[in-house]
Amino acid sequence: MNVRVDFTPMVDMMMLLITFFMLCTSLAKPQSLQLTMPSNDKNIQQQNQNESKASQSVTVYVCADNKIFYGEGVPRYNDPNWLKATTWGKDGIRKALRYHKVDDGTMPVDEIMQAAAKLAADRQANPTKWNDSTYNAKMDEIKEGYTNGKAGNRLATLTVVIKPTDGASYKNLIDILDEIQICSIGTYVIDQLKPEEAAMLAKRGAK
Amino acid sequence: MGKVKIKKSDVWIDMTPMSDVMVLLLTFFMLTSTFVKQEPVKVVTPGSVSELKVPDKDVLTILVDKSGKIFMSMDKTSDLEATLSTVTSNNNVTLSQAQIKKFKNDPMFGVPVKDLSSYLNLPQSQMSEKIKTYGIPTDSINGGMSEFQQWVDAARQCNDQIKICIKADQNTPYSTVKKVMSELQNMDENRYNLITSYKKQED
Repeated sequence: MNVRVDFTPMVDMMMLLITFFMLCTSLAKPQSLQLTMPSNDKNIQQQNQNESKASQSVTVYVCADNKIFYGEGVPRYNDPNWLKATTWGKDGIRKALRYHKVDDGTMPVDEIMQAAAKLAADRQANPTKWNDSTYNAKMDEIKEGYTNGKAGNRLATLTVVIKPTDGASYKNLIDILDEIQICSIGTYVIDQLKPEEAAMLAKRGAK
Repeated sequence: MGKVKIKKSDVWIDMTPMSDVMVLLLTFFMLTSTFVKQEPVKVVTPGSVSELKVPDKDVLTILVDKSGKIFMSMDKTSDLEATLSTVTSNNNVTLSQAQIKKFKNDPMFGVPVKDLSSYLNLPQSQMSEKIKTYGIPTDSINGGMSEFQQWVDAARQCNDQIKICIKADQNTPYSTVKKVMSELQNMDENRYNLITSYKKQED
């Protein structure tokens, strides 16, 4: 007996189901940035710690209308030349952070970024040698300043203090955290704006 | 030369492979995708090069929109029910079983406790419209915890492993985000994830 089954309705149903799934579901899992803030109780100790390393720090001021300023080293609130204006992106803040010189004349961020790039290239060439845990452990070592392995000497790493104004947008905050991740900077703090700093920024026309 | 008669041939394409491919595509979509959560307000997250994935279980999502309204959701409904009962008992509010069920079916919650009962009495269609006007308040009550902090505290009590994820719009002013982060800091919740979309690093 020759039975011919007509599959036309099945194809119709499948088309409807596919359209339903295409429209209501998503394949992409949203990414996230991890953030750890210092606890409020230990804030006093934290501030003391930051004071001692102030010479190895860069303070970045994130303002409204996508304006960004930075100051290197110990803050000098009375010196208008301390506060430098810059732009977002590769030629602005990233360049400023990468080529920032610390007291002994070295550029720690540049060296760390080069070491990180070398590690990434090494991982691409030998994927079996570097699985996730060893790669992350080595990256953490590099971010702490041990660019030549734990036995080598430790670079003086840069600390970035982020001070956003109330007028800045959330996107600006994420962008600066992004730049810090790109520059492989391990230590950063999101801090409150001091009144002297707000006055300094107002003079430069930033909210 | 005689007239050349072009024979009109009937073209019959066999559609069998096409329906095979459709079956495969359909099975792929059914197995690999997840339903997107219906959010009361649309939020455009900023881009970041971070490739860390958002955790998919034991998550407390805090949604902050452009105007500063706060909505929250939890992925486990058992935790959600326990959190709701903690917060309502702390504020001397009782809800009926039907209202609790409606609360659990809502994709996100964000109503001040005093309006919770009247909000849950609305028909389902009006609920999604009305929730846009509310939002969990962050002002501290009599010098104690704000309602937002009460919800987070109750969630932490129900499930110690819960992770906090903040999803805010690109244009949310920093002052609102600062308020949320400082309220979390005051409760000693110092580790959280900021949800972003993937952006390729322009080099």
